[in-house]
Amino acid sequence: MSDLTKLSLKAALDGMNKGDFTSLELTNAFLDKIDAQNPKLNAYTLVTHDHAREMAKASDARRAKGQVGALEGAPLGIKDLFATKGFRTAACSKILGEFKPEYESTVTSQLWRDGAIMLGKLNMDEFAMGSSNETSAFGNVINPWQIEKKLTPGGSSGGSASSVAADLCLGATATDTGGSIRQPAAFTGTVGIKPTYGRCSRWGIVAFASSLDQAGPITKNVEDCAIMLKSMCGYDAKDSTSLEANVPDFASFINKGVKGLKIGVPKEYRMDGMPEEINQLWENGIEWLKAEGAEIVNISLPHTKYALPTYYIVAPAEASSNLARYDGMRFGARVDGNDLNDTYEKTRAAGFGQEVQRRILIGTYVLSAGYYDAYYLKAQKVRARILQDFTDAFKVCDAILTPTAPSAAFPLGQKQDDPIQMYLNDVFTVTTNLAGLPGLSLPAGLSKDGLPLGLQIIGRALDEETIFSVAGTIEAAANFTAKP
Amino acid sequence: MSIAAEASEPVFTAFKTARPDQWVKGVTGDWEIIVGMEVHAQVAAKAKLFSGASAAYGGEPNSHVSFVDAGMPGMLPVINKYCVEQAVRTGLGLGAKINLWSRFDRKNYFYPDLPQGYQISQYLYPIVGQGVLEIESDDKSTIEVGIERIHLEQDAGKSVHDLDPNATYVDLNRSGCALMEIVSKPDIRSPEEAANYFKALRSLVRYLGTCDGNMDEGSMRADVNVSVRKPGGELGTRCEIKNVNSTKFVAMAVAYEARRQIEILEDGGTIDQETRLFDVKTGQTRTMRSKEDAHDYRYFPDPDLLPLVITQEFVDGIKATLPELPSDKRKRFIADYGLSAYDAGVLVADKEFSDYFEEAAKGTDAKMVNSWMTVELFGYLNKNGIEFTASPVSAQNLGGLVKLIQDGTINGKIAKDVFAKMIESGDDASTIVERDGLKQTTDTGAIEAAIDALMAQSPEKVDEAREKPKMLGWWVGQVMKSTGGKANPAIVNDILKRKLGIE
Amino acid sequence: MSVNEKDVRKIAKLARFAIADEKVPVMVDELNGILNWIEMLGEVNVDGVEPMTSVVAKDLPMREDEINDGFIQEQIVKNAPKSSHGFFIVPKSVE
Repeated sequence: MSDLTKLSLKAALDGMNKGDFTSLELTNAFLDKIDAQNPKLNAYTLVTHDHAREMAKASDARRAKGQVGALEGAPLGIKDLFATKGFRTAACSKILGEFKPEYESTVTSQLWRDGAIMLGKLNMDEFAMGSSNETSAFGNVINPWQIEKKLTPGGSSGGSASSVAADLCLGATATDTGGSIRQPAAFTGTVGIKPTYGRCSRWGIVAFASSLDQAGPITKNVEDCAIMLKSMCGYDAKDSTSLEANVPDFASFINKGVKGLKIGVPKEYRMDGMPEEINQLWENGIEWLKAEGAEIVNISLPHTKYALPTYYIVAPAEASSNLARYDGMRFGARVDGNDLNDTYEKTRAAGFGQEVQRRILIGTYVLSAGYYDAYYLKAQKVRARILQDFTDAFKVCDAILTPTAPSAAFPLGQKQDDPIQMYLNDVFTVTTNLAGLPGLSLPAGLSKDGLPLGLQIIGRALDEETIFSVAGTIEAAANFTAKP
Repeated sequence: MSIAAEASEPVFTAFKTARPDQWVKGVTGDWEIIVGMEVHAQVAAKAKLFSGASAAYGGEPNSHVSFVDAGMPGMLPVINKYCVEQAVRTGLGLGAKINLWSRFDRKNYFYPDLPQGYQISQYLYPIVGQGVLEIESDDKSTIEVGIERIHLEQDAGKSVHDLDPNATYVDLNRSGCALMEIVSKPDIRSPEEAANYFKALRSLVRYLGTCDGNMDEGSMRADVNVSVRKPGGELGTRCEIKNVNSTKFVAMAVAYEARRQIEILEDGGTIDQETRLFDVKTGQTRTMRSKEDAHDYRYFPDPDLLPLVITQEFVDGIKATLPELPSDKRKRFIADYGLSAYDAGVLVADKEFSDYFEEAAKGTDAKMVNSWMTVELFGYLNKNGIEFTASPVSAQNLGGLVKLIQDGTINGKIAKDVFAKMIESGDDASTIVERDGLKQTTDTGAIEAAIDALMAQSPEKVDEAREKPKMLGWWVGQVMKSTGGKANPAIVNDILKRKLGIE
Repeated sequence: MSVNEKDVRKIAKLARFAIADEKVPVMVDELNGILNWIEMLGEVNVDGVEPMTSVVAKDLPMREDEINDGFIQEQIVKNAPKSSHGFFIVPKSVE
């Protein structure tokens, strides 16, 4: 049998439907590959061998009875931010210790409902705070591209992106607060979508910044991304911010073409000092869409440069409050001190890594008495301006095309000492989080060093359909077939 | 999305000056007490404010707790509609402005019984704005206390300190229960007014059914802000006394705290703004937290929730189901039943009292019902420690007894015996009167005969009475005694007067 | 606006984590770097702009008053560092 792990999600589903192989065979192939490759990549923090095989057997049994879900038998990896009942969910932080939730996140339970198999938990930046996967308590994840160079897979969903790129799963769940799905996807030659805020339930996902967090898939291609997204999203009464929106068959829009669509190209995304190859990639994307009948519209998103500073007020502020529950009292690791406050302080100092501490400090500061108006309130107002930019832009275009990240994957350790340089990774992605809009990244070419580069497509709220049409067109034109 | 609501920041201004009779004497002259109260009333809901766990009192530790209430990672709040309705209902009961747009904020602080590390509350935009509550002042007059706002918030869990000398045990059963924080304006001017405010508020929420008012179970607690000033002078620094849980303690806490502050000021000291605790054992207040350790709560809008938007129809729907409120009922009792303001106040204080009264007073003398109820019945219940709801005499039966007095079937003296028998047996008055032959005698012939016999027995008393008409009372007594109390006292009186020749 | 060592210690205290003395100056520099950078928001004119707290354009959904959760004591305390008889056990804390 050929290497089943190299199949796309769609091809694997088709193969099982045709009876070419079983879920158990497919699952075992992935488990074997994980056992072989993971020590090098460190993408998984937990591999659930037995559980995966049991799920696969149950899936094969269902299939035998004619019960075939949309993801029947498909082995997936789960970012460590999703609560998985009975399996360690640590958000890659020491502070959660061996926390095993007694509940399952809505998103993952929908995957299991549709027949998917859990291979294990995927590495990530601690509490999803980072752009290089270097803040994980479980160590760095290595980008499978040019593995000897020890490049970052991006972050925070570094484990998700790395495992998909290295064929250690058919697809992976991920989350995106400022770019954590799209930037790792771009760095690893994979496809990732952050859907409209409210599409995927946040229930059971460890919160980083509640008003920005959104789950989505990272997959090998655009079609897989559409298939997996359909299972992940949908209204959930347990999340007050969940949208009661119809979930279309996203995959059916991939081949619709872009004829007559107006594609916006924002001038503010042409940043000083951006590598020429990124500019070229963007130009290529524009040409491909033009060639397929799309109309290119020059647009302006004037508040773009304020998006990152806004984000670095809003996200830490929310995080400082969201992470208050990690206090060693009811779950997670506790470091005993002389008294209550000493215990709190020792527990949180030992449990949180440096980046998390840095963001909690920033967040605490911007919310504290006397500074709230100057920072938080101001940021919320600028956020409204950023949303208004998009609202105005979408009056003249149907989707927006931009690069995903300002560079290709960089070596681990390169930006670790300079927080702001690290934050600038998210310069193109963070705007959609602030505006709640959907954004997808797909690989569209290689850098001069042979590393994948991604393009981002931003759509109107709840218009993932158009994004998939544009993505399908670019994917076909780019014909990106390179593998790590 | 438009923020139509006006941000409401707690204010502290006091325009009203206390009446001189409320002033407190100090060495340097008179002082005025200024009190504002924040009452936490637990919403009488089945489930919690943001989770489907039971809000019932008690239970095994951590049994009325969901993952949401325990602040587990990834858990999210979803609001209980009933709790929103009860806050609106309470607001309407206080004649308050209902804010159709309100918002939940997070109040951040660390404590082991606060699992999320923050309390979800309404800081800037409460659901209920300004209203008013009528209460009784020290001199029995009615005064108005302004309501600043009501907001919804989560309760915290319970820390148990006495199970282990070296550790605290945490039970989250109360964590997340819905509280209405009812904030008064600083319109209260004496310990009695403070107690009466608490009492009136309790009565109101019980009428409305929005809170069970059970103080033993902590369903109502008051944070009392106390300061003193020279009458009409500049406001003093206030201290907040936390978690006072009975009417009596509210009055005691205010009285003690005011005295404490006056003594400090008169000794040339200054008052530190601080949070204090009331010790029920000593009747004193003591420092809990000084301003220096005051929390910086870092309020910000809870991003897990959206603005709470309700419609005028939603509010009107609740308005249509409001019961008659205590202040309206009090006015009606005075006007319709001819009760004194005081009597009406006593009956209205508790919905169960007023319901009982109205049932008993149907078709009979309401004032007489009031006096039988508040003197005889309350007296008996108090003496024997029986709850009003467990009264052995039903409202109908008390009404029946009063009817028998009114129509002359029995007199007042016999009625007391009948009442005692009603308590004992639970039977109605007419059954007892019939069974025991206690009907009043109005047969003038029989009464005349009894009087003649007595006059014949004691001629000297006849002469005495003719000289001292005040002896008539003695004679009436004698006649009643000889007729077993059943003679109609009015007829006895008439005949005696005639026979003794007294005008 | 910028922070000094005293501010950093105060914020760390509010956020309840111990901060080693030698790390305080480092944190001061880092925070000031970030704070300086976000100062650029001062350039944006936000007159008349309402603060945006959520991107979701809907009102708060409400649930009915039903008991459909809880009674899972064992699961609630299962991950606790210390528990006994259904209680969480925490360091002595008397306020």
